[in-house]
Amino acid sequence: MQRPRGLSGETLLEAARRQRRRERLLTAGIYAFLIAASLPLLLGYGWLVLNSFSEKLVYGVIPQKWTLNNFRFLWELPGRYYPNLWRTTWNTVLLASGMTLLMLLIATPTAYVISRMQFKARGFLLPLTLILHSFPGITLLIALYYVLRSLNLLNSIAGVFLVKTGLMLPLGIWIMKGFFDGVPWDLEMSGLVDGASRLQTLWKIILPQVKPGLAALAIFSFLNGWSEYIFVITFIQNKESWTLASYVNSVVGDFQFLDYGLLAATALFYIAPVLIFFLFTQKYLMRVSVGGTKGG
Amino acid sequence: MCVFLLLLPALLIIVAFYLVPGLLTGAMSFTDMNHRLVWNFAGWKNYGQLLKDTLLNRVFWNTVVYVFGTLLIFNVTFGLVLALATAYISERHSEQVSLFFRALWLLPRFTPPIVYGVIWLWILDPTRNGLLNGVLDYFGHSPVSWLSQFPRAVIIITNGMIGASFGMILFYSAIRSISPEYNWAAAVDGAGWLSRVRHITLPLLRWQLLFVAAYQTLSLLTSYEYILILTGGGPFYRTTVWSLYAYNQAFGGYYAAYNFGYATALTMVLVLFSLIASIIYWRVFRLREMMAEPKIEVM
Repeated sequence: MQRPRGLSGETLLEAARRQRRRERLLTAGIYAFLIAASLPLLLGYGWLVLNSFSEKLVYGVIPQKWTLNNFRFLWELPGRYYPNLWRTTWNTVLLASGMTLLMLLIATPTAYVISRMQFKARGFLLPLTLILHSFPGITLLIALYYVLRSLNLLNSIAGVFLVKTGLMLPLGIWIMKGFFDGVPWDLEMSGLVDGASRLQTLWKIILPQVKPGLAALAIFSFLNGWSEYIFVITFIQNKESWTLASYVNSVVGDFQFLDYGLLAATALFYIAPVLIFFLFTQKYLMRVSVGGTKGG
Repeated sequence: MCVFLLLLPALLIIVAFYLVPGLLTGAMSFTDMNHRLVWNFAGWKNYGQLLKDTLLNRVFWNTVVYVFGTLLIFNVTFGLVLALATAYISERHSEQVSLFFRALWLLPRFTPPIVYGVIWLWILDPTRNGLLNGVLDYFGHSPVSWLSQFPRAVIIITNGMIGASFGMILFYSAIRSISPEYNWAAAVDGAGWLSRVRHITLPLLRWQLLFVAAYQTLSLLTSYEYILILTGGGPFYRTTVWSLYAYNQAFGGYYAAYNFGYATALTMVLVLFSLIASIIYWRVFRLREMMAEPKIEVM
């Protein structure tokens, strides 16, 4: 091969070396930036764990004296007015799983129909789901309060998961429709040719094909219900129906400057299932979350 | 018939908890409804009050600063920088490390809002028990009351740290899907990383950048959850954005105002804002062509 004119072998080597050095510098710079930018998150989540298990932190970060005392809320009430923690946790489970079930039961057939069947209103349904998706649910809060009160569902977990399901349904339908679109028609044909009805084919042949979609939708709905804040604190005042969101909210109000250990411990208790879920499913979530509307 | 039965549950839920509330919001804005929920039509009274409300001017500019500040600094710029950095790391260095950082930045999006709030309340604590003031204390500096001195910066940063992940994920997958031949060709010509980003990556990300800007303008207009937790809109309405103002008119404060009529009128104006914003985005940026694209790409 011909060497570019005016460059000897030595200078070429030197140039390559210089470039490698520059690249190493760039990599180091990028790492430094990423770590610096992520510091609030790293320290914030780290604090949650460290302060939960220690008596105090020096200079805000160095834990001193390990203890389990901050978790005393597990067996005694933090204040006179608090409801039973396990009941509250159970309510949170109900909210999350109720929403998951409803989403799966309702979004799946709807998405199937939109993806696979020919009917008159089809052309109208698709834009409708899109428009609903861009109409933010949180602006409907006041009217939803009215609806729930009329249905006698204020202060109930069922009211919150019905509302949440309604608002998330368009997104859920979109997600599932994407999965159904990916199932080859031939599979469905073969089922029909063998004499199964459309519904049997859906149940026995199509659904197993979209399992990853069902899993993604289930995880997403569960986490969404588990974390819900605004609808819970607005629609549920009755302490019997509190979820962990109201519980931690109340601990913040009562102990913010007095007992960070308790604050961190209750928050950690609340977020623990999310962290475990997240650890195993973040690859799914990275794909689904792009459809969400949260936090701007 | 069978089709109708399959669609029925979805239709019922959407009508009851989406369409009806939407119509109700419009209707309620013409009443002077309060906590007793009596329908007492008052004509345009609430909309007249909008014009007289002296706080609204401040609320409006708060909203502009919050929405566009967060959008430009974090959701677009910072999301892009994060995507570039993590893409660089997974190409040149380690897929695992890149995944770790992306997951770390995605985590706030799945953290219960009140827990995320607790974390920031600690970071910003006005005494030396908090992170920032703890560090200041180490250097012998007296503590700063972040939430009351820099409330706007606080709400932009806290929301931005969540919002950035949306752009990060979209941009990241777009960067990774750029065919490597472009970069090889540029590298042969002696282009460094920065000039490749500038001349190859950025032009190819144009649509994604616009999509994130448009989509998240609309989300930011209606996301007030974290502001409610951190500042409640204070001090002295300095962080009260439009949507939070409407919320506080209805449910806010220890005395719970329950001004449902006025609050829904505020909401209607907000919906009008979003509609105008989306029409502008659709027209100016011709979003229609790309709106469809990410919807498919998502799954």
